[in-house]
Amino acid sequence: MYDFVNGPFLWIAFTVLIFGSIWQIGSLVLRSRRTDKVFFDHAKPGWMFASIVNWLIPYGSRSWREHPGTTVLTFAFHFCLIFAPLFALGHVVTLAYNWGVDWPSVSDPVTDGLTIVFLIAAAGLLIRRLVKPEVRIVTGPADWLLWAITILPFLTGYLAAHKMLLTPDNMLMVHVLTGGIMLICLPFTRLAHAFLFFFGRAFIGSEFARRGTKTW
Amino acid sequence: MTDIKPVEPAKIREVLARNDTARLRLWLKACTSCAICADSCFFYLTNDKKPEYMPQYKVRKTLGELIKRKGEVDREFLEEAKEIAWGRCNMCRRCSQYCPFGIDMGVMIHIARQCLRTQDVCPDRLMTIDESYVKTGNQMEMTDDEFVETCEWMAEEGEDVIKGLEVPIDRENCRIMYTVNAREPKYYPQDIQMAAQVFQVAGESWTMPSHGWEATNLSMFSGNVEVAGMLAQTMYDAAKKLGAEKICITECGHAYRAAKYEGPYWTKQPNGQAPVPVTHAVAVFHEYMKSGKIKLRHKFKEPVTYQHPCNLSRNGDLAKLGVELLYMVAEDVRLMEPHDEYSHCCGGGGGFIPMGPDYKKLRMVSGKYKADQIKATGAKFVLAPCHNCTDQINDLNKEYDLGIKVISFKEILCELMVIPPHLQPDEEEAE
Ligand code: SF4
Ligand code: SF4
Repeated sequence: MYDFVNGPFLWIAFTVLIFGSIWQIGSLVLRSRRTDKVFFDHAKPGWMFASIVNWLIPYGSRSWREHPGTTVLTFAFHFCLIFAPLFALGHVVTLAYNWGVDWPSVSDPVTDGLTIVFLIAAAGLLIRRLVKPEVRIVTGPADWLLWAITILPFLTGYLAAHKMLLTPDNMLMVHVLTGGIMLICLPFTRLAHAFLFFFGRAFIGSEFARRGTKTW
Repeated sequence: MTDIKPVEPAKIREVLARNDTARLRLWLKACTSCAICADSCFFYLTNDKKPEYMPQYKVRKTLGELIKRKGEVDREFLEEAKEIAWGRCNMCRRCSQYCPFGIDMGVMIHIARQCLRTQDVCPDRLMTIDESYVKTGNQMEMTDDEFVETCEWMAEEGEDVIKGLEVPIDRENCRIMYTVNAREPKYYPQDIQMAAQVFQVAGESWTMPSHGWEATNLSMFSGNVEVAGMLAQTMYDAAKKLGAEKICITECGHAYRAAKYEGPYWTKQPNGQAPVPVTHAVAVFHEYMKSGKIKLRHKFKEPVTYQHPCNLSRNGDLAKLGVELLYMVAEDVRLMEPHDEYSHCCGGGGGFIPMGPDYKKLRMVSGKYKADQIKATGAKFVLAPCHNCTDQINDLNKEYDLGIKVISFKEILCELMVIPPHLQPDEEEAE
């Protein structure tokens, strides 16, 4: 089991992530060529860029500014979500050892810090979902499930690093397993907003800008 | 009668297939149910923040269900969806500006309306208006002859103010072909006369078509895209036939949006541009003031605020020009907060006003937001370059005792513009 999870399973997860994403994006772009004349008629790189960038900056859009609390949670969540795994010493070392690719890493305490901030932000978003009626009403089982799928790799990573709950080997296996599940889910669930974000913003940025209207 | 008619899912599926674009798929997939869009919507804000009024939920309960059930729905569902698609959303698209993914709830409600319309589920008055368009080419069922007569009558009457006032009909090769909201010839013919005065003083080369003069496009809001396209085409054809350089739309919001931005797609124009460029009274008046073709004796003195019509300032490109023009003609401008493209709908858009008395109560509730905004400015006048905004704010004025008066740019210009000597009526005649 351990060997399978750390070997073939991980390969499968990355393959599904990459090809699944390519397929999703590719089929949308192809469909778009046929169906979104309104986009291709008016698309302008400057508008698309402005609409994307301003939403990637905390408080860069009017909507972010009007929702200060949610903005902090969202940015903390996504920042740590991306950077904790990317620069975790454990990950970088494993990759360097297995594939020979190498990039800078951060020390374990920093990774711990990012992970804890991530978990706090995730808890905050969960509470927001629970207590705000306007969020609750649009929240279904899939949303709870995806939340769990997203935080489990972080939780288990932290537990493994600190030798808690299970034996380190077993916890590491659960960590890799949950991480792999998240990667597999990404292209096929709402998690796909990770890449759909850019296309959605590019479209709306151009669609409104041609009417003299900013969308940020 | 409509109650017993069976639902025809095939027709709903047809609409869904027509609108099955990559961007719609993306919107359906990307939404994270974060509800950041909730408090951008004035319906939500004015209905005690009931979660049922948040934009994404409204889309889910209408278009979402239609897609999920592939159009296999019953009359009961259709009636509920109608109450949401027309009674709880004006397609103002403010929420699209607030969604991190730019998910366009206004457009999705529009698709839902198109689906419902195929089942003859739609506020009755809007359906009747569709019929009027098909029968007579305008929402008020006026004949073209009546329209031309009204114009002649207005020209004649206006000679008291402007010597030799003209409302030229079907003149060829003018710079501007002016089109109006049918309620002008029907109920407010003075509007046409005022426009004529401004044009004449500015020395404009302009005309109105005897056919194709109706600018409003309420079928955009009934969800009847075929009729909406027919109306846009009629207007384009009139302009092409007369060889006009531009089409100028009267002070009306959705007419401008329909003619300039949506019409080209309904009528399948290449590049998504109208075959004859479309402009608006606000832009043309702005040009007159800026170039000095119109000069004022003095600026408007009373405190005045500006109602940004969603279809001009968010869905059209006139937010900046509108405010600039107001500053050019008025001394004491007090803008509402927020304003420009982030302005809130007056509560009368999206077909709400013509939906008639059945919907007035809802309209007064959702309009509370605008009423409060107006009150906060302390202005005594509200400038609304749109007929729907004008009607709605007049109603709000009564409902909430605002003590204000709604005016248009034409009114201010006609009251204050300098009439050059050669256009001043002879003394005896004027008396
Ligand atoms: S439409 Fe946009 S703002 Fe509204 S819930 Fe979905 S993702 Fe959030
Ligand atoms: S389009 Fe306007 S009215 Fe409709 S949900 Fe969005 S903000 Fe509300």
